[in-house]
Amino acid sequence: MIKNKRVIIRNHSAEANLFARRAFIALIGIFLLSLILFNNIFSLEVSSYKKYQTRSNNNRIKLLPVAPNRGLIYDRNGVLLAENKPVYSLEIIPEQVKNLPQTIKEISKLLNISAEKQAKFFKAIKRKRRFKPVELQSRLSEQQVALFSVNQHKYPGVRVDARLKRYYPFGDLTTHTLGYEARINRKDAQRLERENKTENYAATREIGKLGLEKYYEDILHGTIGHQEVEVNSQGRIIRTLDFTPPIPGKDLILTLDIELQMIAKRAMQGKRGAVVAIDPRDGSVLAMYSNPSYDGNLFVHGISSKNYKKLLHSKDLPLINRALQGYPPASTVKPFMAVLGLKDGAITPHTKFWDPGYYKLKGVDHKYRDWKPSGHGSVDITKAIEQSCNVYFYNLAFKLGITKISDWMEKFGFGDYTGIDLSEESSGILPSAQWKRARYNRSWYTGETLSVGIGQSYWSVTPLQLAQAVTILVNKGNINIPHLLKATTSHTSDTNKSSTNKSTTENVHYEGKAPIVLKHPIYWDIVLNAMHNTIQKKHATGHPGFVNTHYDAAGKSGTAQVANKAQNTKYDATKVKENKRNNAMFIAFAPFKAPEIVVAVAIENVSKGGGGTNAGPVARQIMDQYFGKRTFSSPVLPLPKGVK
Amino acid sequence: MRSTGQDQQKKASFWQRIHIDLPLLLGLLSLMTLGLFVVYSAGGQEINIVIKQVTRIGISLAVMIAIAQIPPLTYQKWAVPMFVIGIGLLGAVLLFGHVGMGAQRWLNIGFIRFQPSEIMKLVVPIMIAWFISQHNLPAKLHHIFIAFILVLIPTLLIAKQPDLGTSLLIASSGIFVIFLAGASWQLIAVCVGLASAFAPILWMFLMKDYQKQRVLTFLHPEQDPLGSGYHIIQSKIAIGSGGIHGKGWLQGTQSQLEFLPERHTDFIFAVFSEEFGLIGVSILLLVYMAIVMRGLWIANKAQHAFTKLLAGSLTLTFFVYVFVNIGMVSGLLPVVGVPLPLVSYGGTSMVTLMAGFGIIMAIGTHRRFNA
Repeated sequence: MIKNKRVIIRNHSAEANLFARRAFIALIGIFLLSLILFNNIFSLEVSSYKKYQTRSNNNRIKLLPVAPNRGLIYDRNGVLLAENKPVYSLEIIPEQVKNLPQTIKEISKLLNISAEKQAKFFKAIKRKRRFKPVELQSRLSEQQVALFSVNQHKYPGVRVDARLKRYYPFGDLTTHTLGYEARINRKDAQRLERENKTENYAATREIGKLGLEKYYEDILHGTIGHQEVEVNSQGRIIRTLDFTPPIPGKDLILTLDIELQMIAKRAMQGKRGAVVAIDPRDGSVLAMYSNPSYDGNLFVHGISSKNYKKLLHSKDLPLINRALQGYPPASTVKPFMAVLGLKDGAITPHTKFWDPGYYKLKGVDHKYRDWKPSGHGSVDITKAIEQSCNVYFYNLAFKLGITKISDWMEKFGFGDYTGIDLSEESSGILPSAQWKRARYNRSWYTGETLSVGIGQSYWSVTPLQLAQAVTILVNKGNINIPHLLKATTSHTSDTNKSSTNKSTTENVHYEGKAPIVLKHPIYWDIVLNAMHNTIQKKHATGHPGFVNTHYDAAGKSGTAQVANKAQNTKYDATKVKENKRNNAMFIAFAPFKAPEIVVAVAIENVSKGGGGTNAGPVARQIMDQYFGKRTFSSPVLPLPKGVK
Repeated sequence: MRSTGQDQQKKASFWQRIHIDLPLLLGLLSLMTLGLFVVYSAGGQEINIVIKQVTRIGISLAVMIAIAQIPPLTYQKWAVPMFVIGIGLLGAVLLFGHVGMGAQRWLNIGFIRFQPSEIMKLVVPIMIAWFISQHNLPAKLHHIFIAFILVLIPTLLIAKQPDLGTSLLIASSGIFVIFLAGASWQLIAVCVGLASAFAPILWMFLMKDYQKQRVLTFLHPEQDPLGSGYHIIQSKIAIGSGGIHGKGWLQGTQSQLEFLPERHTDFIFAVFSEEFGLIGVSILLLVYMAIVMRGLWIANKAQHAFTKLLAGSLTLTFFVYVFVNIGMVSGLLPVVGVPLPLVSYGGTSMVTLMAGFGIIMAIGTHRRFNA
């Protein structure tokens, strides 16, 4: 018993009652506060459950984009023109490496990695999570990859990462047509944003910048896939919840024949110009080559500014696709003029003009000269084409007038885009009175009509347009749109592992245009026949390039004046500046009876001769290859199934 | 019937002899066992953490049993010396204490580091209960005033460390004694008025920047979702996404994927709610309520003013732990460092709490011999 001496009188029951009351009040308070707690938890877990469940999932579930593989590009025979090649880089996951500085030292010694790269690596790891890979060296050589692979077991946490990059095995041979793929820049990103494609490109680093790679970007790219992963608060991936595989882009099978392309390159060696070959039966472009060219692979990894400047400032302008740039067509327009003359009644097949070597407009002193100073004498339409008689066509042009000429030439696609599947096409210029008014605000002179009659003056035609116009001519008015894409192959990657990937190839169908109809189709034959003579007859202008061919070709040459020369002076190539020298043009088709190939050639500033002697042989080499005297017989890959 | 009654009598006398209150013990044990499961889940499923916590529980139980053997009225003799020593130690902490977690709380005596503020959680209610029970109840105004001063000294010293959570708990333990001693309602009203007047002064002169930040964050957590608001936002997401049934033990994504900060210590309630849902929370709250009711029942049965006030204050302070912790974790209160009692991982507070329950058990079981 302990007694508290200081307590004298204590009313124990009163104190107990007081305490009991207070304890009871406290208990009520506790009940109320507990109720508040419970109510709050209830509102979180029941009333707002959906909201917090969503937020919890947003925390932990992330969608990682998976880039689709870009479609490959093949030529008409299944030769691979654009492939995806793995590019290797050395990556290190810091948290998996025991002694990081030591490991880096050893690997750098092994693979000969510069101190600069090592310093960059140590800087980079500070900014990244320890479980995220950091690159030590990009673009490993095959030797480095092999060397590392042998020693890989010694270095856990160090790995070689492979990423697919575009590679063009034929290099500069295909660049102007295929274009190239390169890193997406800000402009591309903005365009993707505008076209609502940003999401589909979330994992894609490169995009087609030029040529077919650009034109068929949507087909080549494919559809993005997604990996749904669970991550922790640091962003480390814990597990994969779901995977939607990407749909790879479609492969393109082109109408191009890489062997014709090679011939074109060889034939154009040392020359500036372009070659276009089209199958007139369907508008397939068999060859399209512009010289000089450049290697598109340079752009895939990002071209150095030194290399880029070199290309940009080169006098030969290799970056330009000359097949799509305008040249004065010169005498290659004469067959088209001839058909118009016959159709219009300005001439008959028997109409003859006297050629004294020049043509004079009434009341004007100026002499419009023939290329042959002594003249061709009496000339009918066939001879006029064979000999490329200027005076005949001066007469004809004068009779027709500019409006009839330009209206007619428009039907052959001059002055307009051909509609080929490339975005870099130029429309060329088809001069007319309205055009001149709009362009220079000047009226049209009759003298200019004469120049137009022989394909000079303002007239500008791309080699592609010229080839296309010839296909219309040989098709006697039927029009096919020229195109490079023959078929596409789509791959469906099944998630079901047991079944292999399926590929289906679809041929692309092209609609033709409304044909040019003549009342007397015989006029086509008269002109085509004259073109046949131009090549087959000795001393005709197209003959020199086509002596002794085993196939029956027809064609027309053209020699374009680049600079005006003064009256009564003689053109001498050796005395004229290189870039003022004449251009050589040539159009040809074969076999004469049932044409399978049309070729147009343009060569700039030839040092000697004209279209027949410079451009004609180029066209011939293409045809020689086409008709089986094959110079190149590279092993041809089997065609993908379904391509006819 | 009669024989069973005798058996019960015998059993009761056994527990009584070793000074253990069985209902209270069951409540405490069930809390600590539950805590082990949650700690395992929240601590990254590491068995080491559980072993450490089991050790702590063992020590705490031993301390509780040991203290339960001390006749409670003995504390009356020691109240003043203990209080004076405690204040001295708090002063020493401010002068020579070790800094840990941005606050000066630890004192190093030879080989042990300890927090004097933890001891004060017991000493302050003992001191105030002793002081008030020297006189008749209800307590007179000037006694209450002195009692207030006695509470204020350690509260301010601890707030200065700074340890807002502990100073809050110590202040409430003293105030509960005064309330249970029958302070008049007028006085309580005046005090509440004074406290609200004191708040701006507290804000301007006494609170550190990080404490102010906590209060601001509490008021507008979404304004800084990645900074200081992160804790409370993630905690609410964890609780809310638990729903009625919870995501299941070890299945809480907020905790397992480490979105939730301080998972196994102060924010363990969020882990519990996420994994066990509203059903689990209800059971937990009921266990806490049962312990509080048992504590108040013991206090009410006690026959001395001193023991009544002491047991009542300790019990109510225990509830303050619960309320403040759950309140802050669920976004009702600003974040102050108060653990979820007997569930959170961590040492000192558990030992102190169990020592407090040792005193309550002593009050419940020694009374026959003391009365």
